[in-house]
Amino acid sequence: MSELLETPLTAWHRAHGAKMAPFAGWNMPIQYEGILAEHGHTRSAASVFDICHMGQFVARGEGAARLLALAVTHNLDTLKPGKCRYGFLLESQGGVLDDLIVYRMGGDHFFLVVNAACAEGDFAALSERMPGLVENISARSGKIDLQGPASVGVLEKLLGEDFHDLGYFSFRESAFHGQPLLVSRTGYTGELGYELYPSREMTLALWEALLGDERVRPAGLGARDTLRLEAGLALYGHELDAEHTPAESGLGSLLTSTAPYAGHEHAADIRRQVLVPLALDGRRAARSGDTVTLPGETKSVGRVTSGSFAPSLGYAVALAFVDKAHAGRESFSLMAGKSVLTARRARLPFYAGGTARAKLR
Amino acid sequence: MNIPATVSYTDTHEWVRLDGNDAVIGITDYAQHSLGDITYVELPAVGDTLTQGAEMGTVESVKAASDLFSPVSGTVTAINEKLADHPELVNQAPYEDGWMLRVALSGRPSGLLDAAGYEKLCQE
Repeated sequence: MSELLETPLTAWHRAHGAKMAPFAGWNMPIQYEGILAEHGHTRSAASVFDICHMGQFVARGEGAARLLALAVTHNLDTLKPGKCRYGFLLESQGGVLDDLIVYRMGGDHFFLVVNAACAEGDFAALSERMPGLVENISARSGKIDLQGPASVGVLEKLLGEDFHDLGYFSFRESAFHGQPLLVSRTGYTGELGYELYPSREMTLALWEALLGDERVRPAGLGARDTLRLEAGLALYGHELDAEHTPAESGLGSLLTSTAPYAGHEHAADIRRQVLVPLALDGRRAARSGDTVTLPGETKSVGRVTSGSFAPSLGYAVALAFVDKAHAGRESFSLMAGKSVLTARRARLPFYAGGTARAKLR
Repeated sequence: MNIPATVSYTDTHEWVRLDGNDAVIGITDYAQHSLGDITYVELPAVGDTLTQGAEMGTVESVKAASDLFSPVSGTVTAINEKLADHPELVNQAPYEDGWMLRVALSGRPSGLLDAAGYEKLCQE
């Protein structure tokens, strides 16, 4: 096994008793005090997450806007500087190579944030689609997510700047210790929050400064996963993959670009399966990979992509790819080991109390 | 790590407190700590027959499900009903409020570990 990569915060995590585990080739904190406590604290106050493993690219230069619009599904015609948008990098048949956020810094200047496990492949695909215009800046940039209803107050106090005017999926350049800091009102928890992009050198100082606020606690990838699942947010490799189109993953409504981007002919196709949100009867969870059947039957009609006890709901939820002929059904059975669990169709987000889109002004 | 000397242990991280012809069973502090936050406990029903070493239930944490193995042979006489709504009791007090079931023994269990033996196992 090759050596695990470390973020600028790995030593801090170890020193603070985090349970560490490999994730996409990185040695990452799974939890500190416990997943349930960290989940609850994020919903009620604010947490910081070490997300330095994610890939960060810059795309800039003459023709960057035109070529990027052909490379990804994001509608760049309506994306103004200071705004960012979620979308996909597709292969030619419409399968999802990655999901990513594109930030428009200026006319022909973009910042892209991609999944750690996909970063290498994304960089190769983007470099082919827009030769010479894409740079991988992951090694010199960090990422800290500050998430939770208290996050705006924490950020304003730390940076001495008003952030109430920064709307959902907007960003701007701020400063920390005299160094530039990109602040983006986005996140992966369903709560009001910010994704912060400090330089690699500044990451530890920013992390410790955020934790200097008594409202803030560290949270690991365990809580990040339960938070995003309750919020109904897709995880690449689970709800999104090269075998499924964005439409099959339930995200066809995001395909607003009219540019003939790579994969556009098939992006909206429902070929085989549809992602179905499911609420289970009790606390017992189905897990990724468990078989889905129709009630009382044994024949597989799909598989669970993510499943967990949902701490903010008190029962288990799951997402599952179901064969399209059966995807409209109201109830299903999930084969969780030796047990058969009953699940009914739910609506996303599973947890509707999130503050992510709160209007602050 | 809390490893009380008043109970016996299995190498699959259950504990058992023998009390005459009865046994009270749970999972160890080491087990609850390794599993993390416990979200669901599936136990046998009162009246079920258990065989030492055989699977008797499941403990789920946020991240995973783990099988429980019976440390004794006998008949289940009581289960801890509180765990249905409060599985976190297993994390909070694995040897007290987080107990799982009470069994009327059908024979003496064999091969259980004492505290020293279990501590050694946990350090391996």
